[in-house]
Amino acid sequence: MTARHIFLLGPLLALLGAAYLLPFLGVMRWSVTLPQPGLGQYVIALTDPLVLGVIWRTFRICLLVTVLAVAAGYVLSLIWVRGGPAARLAAELCILIPFWISVLTRAFGWLALLSNKGILNTWLEHLGFISEPLTLVRNEFGVVVGMVHFLIPFAIFPLASSMRAVDERVLMAARGMGASRTRIFWSVFVPMTRGGILGAALLVFVFGLGFFITPAILGGGRSVMVAELIYLRIFQSPDWGLGAAISVILMVAVGLLLALMMRQVKAATK
Amino acid sequence: MTQAAEIGATGIGKQFGQFTALADITLTIARGEFLTLLGPSGSGKTTFLMVLSGFEAPSSGRLTLNGTDMTDLAAERRGFGMVFQGYALFPHMTAEENIAFPLKVQGRTAAEVKRRVDEMIGMVGLGGHGHKRPSGLSGGQQQRVALARALAYAPPVLLLDEPFSALDKNLRGQMQDEMRRLHRETGTTFVFVTHDQEEALALSSRVAIFDKGRLQQLAPPREVYERPANRFVAEFLGDINILPVKGGRIEGRAVQAPGATGDLAIRPEYMALALAQPEDGNAVAATLNDLTYLGAETRLSLVTSGGVPIVLHQQTSDLPAGLAPGASVWATWAPGHGFLL
Repeated sequence: MTARHIFLLGPLLALLGAAYLLPFLGVMRWSVTLPQPGLGQYVIALTDPLVLGVIWRTFRICLLVTVLAVAAGYVLSLIWVRGGPAARLAAELCILIPFWISVLTRAFGWLALLSNKGILNTWLEHLGFISEPLTLVRNEFGVVVGMVHFLIPFAIFPLASSMRAVDERVLMAARGMGASRTRIFWSVFVPMTRGGILGAALLVFVFGLGFFITPAILGGGRSVMVAELIYLRIFQSPDWGLGAAISVILMVAVGLLLALMMRQVKAATK
Repeated sequence: MTQAAEIGATGIGKQFGQFTALADITLTIARGEFLTLLGPSGSGKTTFLMVLSGFEAPSSGRLTLNGTDMTDLAAERRGFGMVFQGYALFPHMTAEENIAFPLKVQGRTAAEVKRRVDEMIGMVGLGGHGHKRPSGLSGGQQQRVALARALAYAPPVLLLDEPFSALDKNLRGQMQDEMRRLHRETGTTFVFVTHDQEEALALSSRVAIFDKGRLQQLAPPREVYERPANRFVAEFLGDINILPVKGGRIEGRAVQAPGATGDLAIRPEYMALALAQPEDGNAVAATLNDLTYLGAETRLSLVTSGGVPIVLHQQTSDLPAGLAPGASVWATWAPGHGFLL
């Protein structure tokens, strides 16, 4: 790194340091000093059934969201990269428009659509398909729907770039050998985009772990995830030490996951 | 083993919008032949290969396979082997898995697939590299995998699109020998695209020369080189000297030529240098412009008194001592080696 690089990166590094690193160091200090010095809060965080339940739920939801968002993102990327001109345009709009709408607006949008008196339940009742409204929000289902919707575009970029890198001639070669479209897709195209799949999964999973607004609104306080738990500990109960300890655990978990999956992505794209 | 196939093309044309990539190509590729499609880039040779493979549909004309129409048969149903430029290997599969792929597609049993893969690995000389992925193989080895994969199911026709363009010169020579051997051993019909004229002459039983989407000549290598059908073919294949003949004379001096008027073409290696005017035979007076020492051969650039450039390839050992640019010389040739264009 030359002096010029440092000069150009300097403001960014200073901002990251001031806005993230310093506060995080403060959070780390709280975790071992509040309410009294020691590792007591970490013991509580890792033994308390409520906290462990939330951590487990967070991982479970994120795993499901990752599978769904990557699968849906794969289909959309496929249309975006390899579809006809009209399909391409449609896919592009589906990918880009959600980007311009705030996460809050989208969460309330899903609430309007899925709540007991929402559009979907009202229609289904009018059409006589159901007599009781379906519980589609204020539970994990609603959280998963909202998170998948938010995260699909993030899955698409690594997927689309890995699909663009696929050499058309390799697919032609498979065709020339008599392979069916299904076979070419599953045994040539999908393995060749494995790096993109892993990259997308990593991005979605890590992003999902820290989700706050979507679970808070669509979970309605019933399926609390880690970020919301931290918020509750710090803002609604004077339990800063435990909130801080959970934050640190989340950070460490994300860091380990990133390191592990980066290695996988590197191995897959080699 | 599948029998080698005969392919017929009648009036094949291909338009890309306003651009005519191929016009009225009619030819027959004989069973077990090694045909090279040769031409400069943009000449239509690769487009013609793509039409043969079924990856491009012709805009006009018909294709036959052993006499049966195959114009509308999809690429995956033709059952041809194909080696692509850049090899197009499956990057996530080992060499063995690459070769096994077409066999698995055909639903062969595991034992059969293994037997055939081992056979192919031996045939192309890849022993010990079967478990490696393409990224761990050299260019030449990848080329061998591509050949083995394309030949694994003994296709009736093997199509090759500039397979050696990424290899260095030595390796290229080696692979050419391998290709000839594979052609002999498999007996399959080979159709090979290249822009390298030496490669075309060295490998093929016949060469089809393309320019501007049209077939210029289709003949054995010796014939296209020594009896080119037109000026394009003559100039495309190696060096050639072209001397205008008028009324049986070149620059005023009577010569023996196949015709009285036209452009007389003579290959440089069939011309010789003389210091004095020869008593008989064809000759033209010229000035030596330049000598290029190439080892065993020396390349001489001459210009006639009428201003026509001539190139000679002479054995260095036969050159007169003290020959230097500016010397007045004669370029001579035997009447049988000139042809009119």
